[in-house]
Amino acid sequence: MNDNSDAGLRSVLGDVLGLGPVRTAALTAESPLLGALPELDSMAIATLLAGIEDRFGVMFDDAELTGETLASYGSLLALVRGKRRP
Amino acid sequence: MIDRARSFRLLIVPPLLEEMNRTRRFLMGTMRALDGHGIDSFLPDLPGTNESLQPFVSQSLHGWRMAMVRAARHFAATHVLALRGGALIFPNVLPGWVVEPVSGASLLRQLLRAAVIAAREAGRHEDSAALLETGRTEGIVLAGYDFGPALIAGLDSARPLDEGQREIRQSELGGAALWLRSEPGDDPAQAARLAAIIAAGIAA
Repeated sequence: MNDNSDAGLRSVLGDVLGLGPVRTAALTAESPLLGALPELDSMAIATLLAGIEDRFGVMFDDAELTGETLASYGSLLALVRGKRRP
Repeated sequence: MIDRARSFRLLIVPPLLEEMNRTRRFLMGTMRALDGHGIDSFLPDLPGTNESLQPFVSQSLHGWRMAMVRAARHFAATHVLALRGGALIFPNVLPGWVVEPVSGASLLRQLLRAAVIAAREAGRHEDSAALLETGRTEGIVLAGYDFGPALIAGLDSARPLDEGQREIRQSELGGAALWLRSEPGDDPAQAARLAAIIAAGIAA
């Protein structure tokens, strides 16, 4: 998909979690997020989602924030892209 | 506080809650840089936070606003700098700067969402609307803060108060927003840039 969601999401993740550019660039669709990154506790996830909402001008519902959508970098990216699609 | 009895005296109203901790070192760095520009600065604790002896549960935005008005008077502040949620409670009669102001509802949504996610991880179901209702009537513990009903209700409706102060966006400071960092960070270059913007504004 030819949009800037991937680059934007990497940048928000890097900013919120303080991941260096190497770890940020190394994220793949399969990279696990929830429960896998020690930095990603519930407050960090909430901060991350607020950062994504700010960056892309979208708004998430509680119902969208499930174990599946937050499971991996790829599932989170898909959620963001779904939100941005008009 | 850095007080050398100079003529420019800046009251700093910090971000609220967790964002206050995340930006503490950044603000200390900003104060040192301001000192280098010949500007005195004061960073008071909000009642119920840090060194304050008051319980957090009895705080409200109104109480914090009153405390910041008293601080401005006590330190004879000539200017004010408010950051993020600090924009909800700063004395807006002073000239000054507001960095990335945020609504109370947006701060509250983040806290409620963290609680919903934590419950989900523990295999329980919570929803933000029900938690908010509990908070407004009985108070609620969110992210380790014991919120009384007054503070929840206040946050739910509070808008930034800036009135003629210059708004500073994160992009002017360069680098990542420190209040977003889940671990408290530091960025001396951002502190230096913020101090330079303020010093230039005061000189103008």
